[in-house]
Amino acid sequence: MYSVRRWVVRHSRVFEFIYNVFEPVIARLDPVWRGIGYARVEGPVTAVERAVKGFLFDCKMCGQCALSSTGMSCPMNCPKNLRNGPCGGVRANGHCEVKPDMKCVWAEAWAGSQHMKGGKKIHIVQKAIDFRLRDTSSWLRVVRQIAEQRAAVHGDHK
Amino acid sequence: MRFDDEPVPGYSLPILPGHVSPGRLERVLRAGKFAVTSEIDPPDSADAGEVLKRAAIFDGYVDAINATDGSGANCHMSSVGVCSLLTRIGYACVLQISCRDRNRIAIQGEILGGAAMGACNILCLTGDGVQAGDHPQAKPVFDLDSMSLLEIARAMRDEGRFQSGRKLALPPRVFLGAAENPFAPPFDWRPHRLAKKVAAGAQFIQTQYCYDVPRLRAFMAQVRDLGLLEGPNRVFIMVGVGPLASAKSATWIREHVPGVHIPDSVIKRLAGAEKQKTEGKKLCVDLIQEIREIQGVSGAHVMAYRQEEAVAEIIETSGVLEGRVPWYPGRDTQPEKQRMEA
Repeated sequence: MYSVRRWVVRHSRVFEFIYNVFEPVIARLDPVWRGIGYARVEGPVTAVERAVKGFLFDCKMCGQCALSSTGMSCPMNCPKNLRNGPCGGVRANGHCEVKPDMKCVWAEAWAGSQHMKGGKKIHIVQKAIDFRLRDTSSWLRVVRQIAEQRAAVHGDHK
Repeated sequence: MRFDDEPVPGYSLPILPGHVSPGRLERVLRAGKFAVTSEIDPPDSADAGEVLKRAAIFDGYVDAINATDGSGANCHMSSVGVCSLLTRIGYACVLQISCRDRNRIAIQGEILGGAAMGACNILCLTGDGVQAGDHPQAKPVFDLDSMSLLEIARAMRDEGRFQSGRKLALPPRVFLGAAENPFAPPFDWRPHRLAKKVAAGAQFIQTQYCYDVPRLRAFMAQVRDLGLLEGPNRVFIMVGVGPLASAKSATWIREHVPGVHIPDSVIKRLAGAEKQKTEGKKLCVDLIQEIREIQGVSGAHVMAYRQEEAVAEIIETSGVLEGRVPWYPGRDTQPEKQRMEA
């Protein structure tokens, strides 16, 4: 919802904190996910992720969440799907060129990133999106990556 | 500027050390000259002659000609088509590629095709939304954005590979450009966004129309402070300018064209003039001269939509070429002819 997502961006610092607590917790549950099987939990986790992030951010389930790098403003709400900043068409009042009633997603992102500890991440170039990952869980992907990195460092998880 | 190694039309110049492309635009910019580019409005026609006619208007005044890619989301002859026609007879062109209409498979193919046809400069754009043009019912593609397009194009050139990793037998030797709009919010982010584009591979920038010099000055100061105008990966900034036909059309543009910012003072100046069209050209000359004095500005990109014939006069009056005659078909053979006749 538009008003919810704008409220979230205004409180981006809080959501950054929540996510930073949440991520290690679900990452630690890696053995559980592994036990049940990542393929099996994918469905339910995706449903939860869609519901939560859909409500808060108008998440479009691109599967490659960049919210921590975009001031908690979901870039997939940009009508041009821009992942790296605003286009040149932003109106003088900060609204979108394509949808004049909507505040530019990237103007919001810039404002949101200013409140965040990791706000500087907005300056890092985001790679082209992988459309195969659409409608899959971004959370599980991150958890898996963290687990694999840990495994690579400690040499366990054979 | 004359190059001793000027090739036969249709063939590329040798690539100089430290250069990435065999093009004239890169040479002029790296030589520290004030570069001038303009753009062709591609015809709604399959007529090659029409393209050449529109290009010839700029003869002797521009270092490269941009071929727009469905500008304003309106359907016209393709950019790669226009560039192919231009390079055949030796013109330097800027191939514009927008992400609106094609996915990465088509775009990477086009980069190779364009480079093979002799296009040495590629301007990587996101593109206007389809709602702005004559086919609002079309599917907006936006598979890439200007930033990821730059990154992919750079990897094709420098690493000789497609995004997929598949090798290229001969990489495209292209000078990569991008657009920037210092006149649209969020203002404090714009210089940083430019830095991001440079990090993604941009080597030259053509900005949106500038009618607000103080804003440009502030932007350029920040760009300099970010160190973007130094070192081997420096970026060359070419500022967009253009003549306004009248106060009425300026007001219309301000209200209807996304991203164009025209201050009230400009509209007042036009409205107060007896001959508004002449005043519009004068204003454009003044802007070019003011812009040129700003430290770090490397050139001007003159966009004179439906006033293309005014470009030569504007450049001539502004004096920015300092007597330099950019190459055009026949530039070097004409004196010879005259000599022979004499």
